Amino acid sequence: MQTDIIERIAGIAAGSPLAEALKARAEIMKLSDASHDAVLRPKAPGGLSHAVRAALAARMAVWLGDDALAGHYRTLLVEAGRAGSDLAATVATPEAAPRDRRLAAIVRHADLLTREPRAATRDDIQALRAAGVEESDIVRLSELTAFVNYQARVIAGFRSLQGVL
Amino acid sequence: MSEPVQNSPVHEFTAEPLQWVPYLTPVRLEEATPEQLDAMKVTPSNKKVSDYVLTLAHDPESLAVRSPLFNAIMYGRDGLSRAERELGAVGASIVNHCVYCASVHAAQFNRLTERTDVIERIFADGAAAELEEHQQVIFDFAVKLSETPPAVTHEDAAVLRDCGLSALEIADLVLSAAIFGWANRLMHTLGEPRRPPAKPAA
Repeated sequence: MQTDIIERIAGIAAGSPLAEALKARAEIMKLSDASHDAVLRPKAPGGLSHAVRAALAARMAVWLGDDALAGHYRTLLVEAGRAGSDLAATVATPEAAPRDRRLAAIVRHADLLTREPRAATRDDIQALRAAGVEESDIVRLSELTAFVNYQARVIAGFRSLQGVL
Repeated sequence: MSEPVQNSPVHEFTAEPLQWVPYLTPVRLEEATPEQLDAMKVTPSNKKVSDYVLTLAHDPESLAVRSPLFNAIMYGRDGLSRAERELGAVGASIVNHCVYCASVHAAQFNRLTERTDVIERIFADGAAAELEEHQQVIFDFAVKLSETPPAVTHEDAAVLRDCGLSALEIADLVLSAAIFGWANRLMHTLGEPRRPPAKPAA
């Protein structure tokens, strides 16, 4: 398992007041890293390969304005090998759009949930089904997107504390 | 067993109890795999599982870690008070317009603080609600953190510090608002809230 992803990307210095406070929240940080692995590199990825997951996460991190987090996910994408290099061009940056209908629907939904979740409706789930996304993959996609949005906010919140405490 | 008649979806914020109805087909408990049962914490003595958990059981690996993470963030010892964590949750749920999450955590806040006026003001005025100073800085931080991209700055963190919040309390606020950046993106997008069916007259 990768460890201390949030602390590393947020740049929390050892011995800082935040680092000391987080010693009381070690279980939360550990479960956050375990969640990262559960949505980025699950044992049973279903219809969302590890490469697609890394590419989507990199794209979300860009929407979320976090270069360091986007860099982390682009590294995971490179580690996914040749499958990753196509996705780096078609999925991993917000300017790109994949041609494949199913993948395009997946990207559209990840964008919606990242940028404007309040606008999501039953029709958006129907659009995924119509593009051939299985129900179990809709849940997997939602968990992945929701997790990256959680992680980016923990990082942004912790960064805002640096030099302030 | 016949299905109860469903009421129409609720789009306005309320602290009344709501029912959550999924857009997807939940996993059937009798067909669940051992991994799904484990992720749902189903045991011979605990077979009550909500439609929300049965829907998330389609991805047992993430459900198995998210449930303990959620509980640790919302119910962990020390640091930010239970009520103030609920206020962080409500702030996120307002931005993301998750009516179901807002109802559950507004009710928790009301129960813990034994007052309803704070939530009434938030439901009336949304992210612009004006509150007492301590609650205001907590609510405002949760709202800013919930935007995309997150909008919190060092100045926002300094406001919390100057209001007397400790490092652990601020970390807890970050975590409680952020975990609703996760929960809202499931509950608001995978289903919808409805008023529970009226109970038959006794």
